[in-house]
Amino acid sequence: MGQGDIWFKGFIFAFAASIPLLLVSLVVVLFFWAWPAIIHFGWSFIFSSAWDPLADNYGALPFIYGTLVSSLIALLIAVPLGLGCAIFISEIYKSKTGEYIALMVELLAAIPSVVYGLWGIFVLAPFSAAYIQPVLGGMFGFLPLFQGPTSGPSLLTGGIILAIMILPTITALSREVLQAVPYSLRESAMALGATRWETFKVAVFGPARSGIIGAIILGLGRALGETMAVTMVIGNRPRVSASLFAPAYSLAAVIANEFAEAVTELNLAVLIELALILLVITIAVNGLARYLVWQTTLKK
Amino acid sequence: MDKLPIKMKAVDLNAWFSGKQALSKINMDVYSNKVTAVIGPSGCGKSTFVRNLNRLHETIPGATVEGAVFLDEENIFKPRYDLVDLRRRVGMVFQKPTPFPTMSIYENAAAGIKLAGRVPRPVVDQAVETALKQAALWNEVKDCLDKPGIGLSGGQQQRLCIARTLAVRPEVILLDEPCSALDPISTGKIEELIHELKKEYAIVIVTHNMQQAARVADFTGFFLLGELVEFDVTGKIFTAPRDKRTEDYVTGRFG
Repeated sequence: MGQGDIWFKGFIFAFAASIPLLLVSLVVVLFFWAWPAIIHFGWSFIFSSAWDPLADNYGALPFIYGTLVSSLIALLIAVPLGLGCAIFISEIYKSKTGEYIALMVELLAAIPSVVYGLWGIFVLAPFSAAYIQPVLGGMFGFLPLFQGPTSGPSLLTGGIILAIMILPTITALSREVLQAVPYSLRESAMALGATRWETFKVAVFGPARSGIIGAIILGLGRALGETMAVTMVIGNRPRVSASLFAPAYSLAAVIANEFAEAVTELNLAVLIELALILLVITIAVNGLARYLVWQTTLKK
Repeated sequence: MDKLPIKMKAVDLNAWFSGKQALSKINMDVYSNKVTAVIGPSGCGKSTFVRNLNRLHETIPGATVEGAVFLDEENIFKPRYDLVDLRRRVGMVFQKPTPFPTMSIYENAAAGIKLAGRVPRPVVDQAVETALKQAALWNEVKDCLDKPGIGLSGGQQQRLCIARTLAVRPEVILLDEPCSALDPISTGKIEELIHELKKEYAIVIVTHNMQQAARVADFTGFFLLGELVEFDVTGKIFTAPRDKRTEDYVTGRFG
């Protein structure tokens, strides 16, 4: 190996190694700062709903619940919409207009989240309280999820704003995945007498499936960590309520809101432990996603 | 040539890509139980021609067509003609092998049958076996039917695609340069297969390989710049062409 190659190899290795090191150091630092809270509350921290900074008594459950449920609502709304849009553009309506629709959807990704938040406060939250929640309550009121008084800032509104924010991610990535499927496969299916839907089912969805799962997971990753827009519309109340119409809180939102005002050392440690939990959740979701993608590609 | 049963017949067929003419006034017959080769230089319209025989041409955005193609005396371009039925009767194999990548060998061979609706498993099994045997692939894959289709060699993949087409029991088979991505041994196998298949089917093969046309085809049409220059018995095209342009092409003076 030449002198240049050794240098090259060393450099590249240093760059490559620095990225996992960054992740490890992040976890280590969070652990270190969260340590007082971890030993003070133990595992019960995760299952406790207490939040009383004056008495120095804290629990993470409302935030974990808020983060997971708002992200789940976002997925339930954004996956059918985004996937439908991607399929429409890449399979059904292959024209300039389709390209423009795609462009506009992708522009949604460029809007800063604080702008989403403002729009959420002034437009979405009142609309949610006045129309969406009463309609849902009327249709599914027998479920505890859709009972109780309506409220503009609520878990549901947070989920809806997240859905709009992850829509471009899911649409753009699925569209690219679908368009990467060779046209010859579609033609092969059509040549066998497949209708448009059958062509999609037989020739396109199979090869695109793992990529589509990847797109959904990237969207979920964004939803889990989104802070600004969520905190502006979710209601910021640390309580687990059965109703989606009630105000709630998320991990990212509570960290951003309370960090500057953390009064005691334990309070600060608690917020950092919440960050650690958020990190663990996102890593777990990504790991699960990779496992799913790996499974679907491996099985066949 | 006049007394042979005609399976498909193109009458004054014109085709365009976004306004650019790709075929002009093609009149050509495809005979039952015969192999018809379509030869010509790249871009001459030979692929476009066969892609109109199963109406795949018009699925490309901006592609248009005029004229008529008859399949057993019925114009396939007449309004409300059943395209699903047409494409089941006129099967097609493409230039590059296109097995469905997430499907096993068995699922690939069965893909067309399953599109037709619910078919009992034993019937599918039987059809898959018959098709793979007809495609001369059965002996090589019978012990690994659940392996992925894309794990096969290029030549095997192409025979799998032929089996997939045969499994729906078509009447006409269109082969669009089926050997251009294959090595000589695989090519030889496919050519042998074509000899076997013409006992049951009408076959149209597009090829830019003139030796191949001479080896497998009973009839040959020579296309140039979107026109059918000459159509005749293969022997005549290669030994005594009537048109100077055909002679230049088959003797290798251009193209």
